[in-house]
Amino acid sequence: MSKYEAVIGLEVHVELKTKTKIFCGCPTEFGAEPNTNVCPICLGLPGSTGVLNKKVVEYAIKAGLALNCEIAGYNKFDRKNYYYPDLPKGFQVSQYDYPIAFNGYLDIEVNGETKRIGIERLHIEEDPGKLVHLGETITVAQGSLIDYNRSGMPLVEIVTKPVIHSGEEARVYLEKLKQTLEYTGVSDVKMEQGSLRCDANVSVRPVGSEKLGTKTEIKNLNSFRAVQRAIEYEIARQIDVLEDGEKVIPETRTWDENKGITLSMRNKENPDYRCFTEADLPPLDVSREWVEELRNSLPELPDARKKRLIEVDGLPEYDATVITSTKALADFYDRTVEKYKDAKTVSNWIMGEFSRLLNANNLEVSETKVTPDGLAKLLGLIENGTISGKIAKQVFEEMFSTGDDPAEIVKKKGLVQISDQGQLEGIIAEVIANNPKSVEDYKNGKEKAIGFLVGQVMKATRGKANPGMVNKLLKEKLDQI
Amino acid sequence: MDLHKLTIHELRELLANKEISVLELTEDVFKRIDDVEDKVKSFLTLTKEQALARAKDIDEKLAKGEKLGALAGIPVGIKDNICTEGVRTTCASKMLANFTPPYNATVMKKLESADAIMVGKTNMDEFAMGSSTENSAFFPTRNPWNLDRVPGGSSGGSAASVASDEVIFALGSDTGGSIRQPAAFCGVVGLKPTYGTVSRYGLIAFASSLDQIGPFTKDVTDCALVMNVITGHDDFDSTSVPMDHPDYTKFLINDIKGMRIGIPKEYFGEGIDPGVEAKIKEAIAKLEELGAIAEECSLPHTEYAMPAYYIIAPAEASSNLARYDGVRYGLRVEAEDVLTMFNRSRAQGFGTEVKRRIMLGTYALSSGYYDAYYLKALKVRNLVKQDFDRAFEKFDCLLTPIAPSVAFEFRSKADPLSMYKQDVCTIPINLAGLPALSLPYGLVDGMPVGLQLIGKPFDEGTLLRVAYTLEQNTDETRLKPVLGGSGR
Repeated sequence: MSKYEAVIGLEVHVELKTKTKIFCGCPTEFGAEPNTNVCPICLGLPGSTGVLNKKVVEYAIKAGLALNCEIAGYNKFDRKNYYYPDLPKGFQVSQYDYPIAFNGYLDIEVNGETKRIGIERLHIEEDPGKLVHLGETITVAQGSLIDYNRSGMPLVEIVTKPVIHSGEEARVYLEKLKQTLEYTGVSDVKMEQGSLRCDANVSVRPVGSEKLGTKTEIKNLNSFRAVQRAIEYEIARQIDVLEDGEKVIPETRTWDENKGITLSMRNKENPDYRCFTEADLPPLDVSREWVEELRNSLPELPDARKKRLIEVDGLPEYDATVITSTKALADFYDRTVEKYKDAKTVSNWIMGEFSRLLNANNLEVSETKVTPDGLAKLLGLIENGTISGKIAKQVFEEMFSTGDDPAEIVKKKGLVQISDQGQLEGIIAEVIANNPKSVEDYKNGKEKAIGFLVGQVMKATRGKANPGMVNKLLKEKLDQI
Repeated sequence: MDLHKLTIHELRELLANKEISVLELTEDVFKRIDDVEDKVKSFLTLTKEQALARAKDIDEKLAKGEKLGALAGIPVGIKDNICTEGVRTTCASKMLANFTPPYNATVMKKLESADAIMVGKTNMDEFAMGSSTENSAFFPTRNPWNLDRVPGGSSGGSAASVASDEVIFALGSDTGGSIRQPAAFCGVVGLKPTYGTVSRYGLIAFASSLDQIGPFTKDVTDCALVMNVITGHDDFDSTSVPMDHPDYTKFLINDIKGMRIGIPKEYFGEGIDPGVEAKIKEAIAKLEELGAIAEECSLPHTEYAMPAYYIIAPAEASSNLARYDGVRYGLRVEAEDVLTMFNRSRAQGFGTEVKRRIMLGTYALSSGYYDAYYLKALKVRNLVKQDFDRAFEKFDCLLTPIAPSVAFEFRSKADPLSMYKQDVCTIPINLAGLPALSLPYGLVDGMPVGLQLIGKPFDEGTLLRVAYTLEQNTDETRLKPVLGGSGR
């Protein structure tokens, strides 16, 4: 057992999925040609002023509510002053002393235990532009280009309390945060597109100590795995420093993914941002009615949904966890169950075939052609014996790529199950006649040989034979021999 | 006919009766500019070609009988901190000497749809910081009444251009007196509207919570006509108030009987030139003679307004001027690394007064000083506001001098504090966000004196009414300069 305890706080920036930017009408689409989605306002040209996008406030409140926060009635905006080439006004509009949401939490599960991660605050701010360095890394870059498409994109910054104690907890919290925000629909929360960005504040202290150790801030964390690895590395590094009798330097460090280490970026000399009220934006009052309206508009969130799937639908916990991992998947499940009541069967299909095909084709739920209605119909066809489960998988693949009705596919391809006893008996007799060796094996007690014979019947019927009947009839015939 | 000498309402009539063309008027104004501009030096940029083309355009529309805007064909000067698409906008700073905005300020769009004709961009103190236009990075403007004296500032070019008939009216901006004081020094009418009345979109910010655009005109009627065009809510400026503004000409009423006018005692006495004070007292007597009830009152926190202003305005300026870093536009002084480039560009781009205020503001906002300076100044601002609120429970408007003296000579206020004191009578009004009108009232030592009428929020109407009544009943408000003096 280590004699040190790590204390970690995460600062997460989440880009809100509004159609337009925070203070102007420029579109927020991802991946546009550099410097095309810009105007005098988001370029901070002399004389420009802006007007707050109401959707940004709405989304921030929704995010706050989903994270169990209190929502501030009185809101004001502040300027955070600093110089950087990507910051067109020389200040960033943010919320300094009155965040729109505060005092929330998310429950996470680590090693089978539930842990509550306190959320200090969630506030609205604008994104600066994006620097593109001409070189391998920032330190050896020969020059930089600036893309202001990102300037003025709406963000919320979500800051945890310093209550995380391991890299794993940090990763699980982030996954939960991503999942929860994905449910609310306020953000794409895609780390690879930069719509979710995380910085980690890490310190260590002797177990039992109340006082926080000196912290470092880690940046350039480009995946959840990187967050966990970087924190684990940094904890070990800081413990080594302390064990050597030295002091941890308060600084910003960057994660080097390839080398798997953190590197010193710059000393943290406590910049004075001279925050003060943004006079171009009047204070904003958020009414209780609006908050309640937005609270009521929130979808069922992951924890509640998982609970319902277990308690009402009777799904095993594992199934419920997988199904609720994204809202899209959970919605697909719920809408299928509305039409086909056997929840476990629906769950099996969604976790099995559906997820397999999504992964194989690298698609999102929303991008597929198959519908919950279609899946329910397919399961109905299995249940009423029209097709076998095996054929159903074949039909489902077809549905996945074409979106066609399963009954149509079955009809068109002639996949209706053969359940006619006379027809099956004829085929079985033929198979028995053509495979004397297997029949003999079976008679000699090799039970497994029947499997081969069933396979031959299936082959002869191109999989359409009713497998239950084939088993039964084949056994009867063999026992008669 | 000397068309340039006329007012908007006189010219509107001539144009409506087709006695003159817009082209004639525009050419006449440019001839006037040719005649006097080398003495007065009101303009940083003239836009003669565009103005003449526009004049022809409007004439054609007139000939076709098309409906035209309220200021159709009227030549206007625009302070050079108001963004004009395709016409360089410098703020009289080396920093923006090469800056041509790709967009129009909202007031420019409004003037354009009213069919006014811009003749040029007027000189000012750099980034509107100053009270004499001596802080222009390019050259000082001279007072048309005496070329050895300053026109006031920061909108000195706008005031001088109207006073010397180079334009029929002009727009300026007022953060602590920058419309009213030059209007008084040059003997024209100036109005700082209530904060939120005119959109600030496109006004290059000095202090966002104080800045307001307003008109310079030759008389009170013209002031109302321009207000009708430039006011109104703007979707691009969240500090512009979402309300309907009145037809300001409705307030041009020659009657102030029973009107209660407060005379705040803190604006008189020590520091105010006795000649100026005497003229203001004369105006008060005249108003009483016309039926108004004038009574002394007190605004007890007046003396703290100036120190509070010189914390708040520089604090906001330090942030507003942070964008001038050489990256995207304006002056860039190349260097090995980006930080040195920032530093050199700003060191060479800004003048002394601008740097002084950036430093003042940065200091006031710094951690450890914020509470003692900035926060305290905000509290004082609130007290100043409350003073006015109380006074307006009793009075319809207040009357004070605009400035402690008439226009002074160049380089006579070298010490920044003595220059700051120029705005002692005008600053409190910006802190409180109120409307205030500067009306010429007679001469002292051959230089115009300005009286200030201060109104309730959004009650520009009362100010226009009082000013109009005075204008109709005395000759003291209509003053024409002679362009005398050596002009050195």
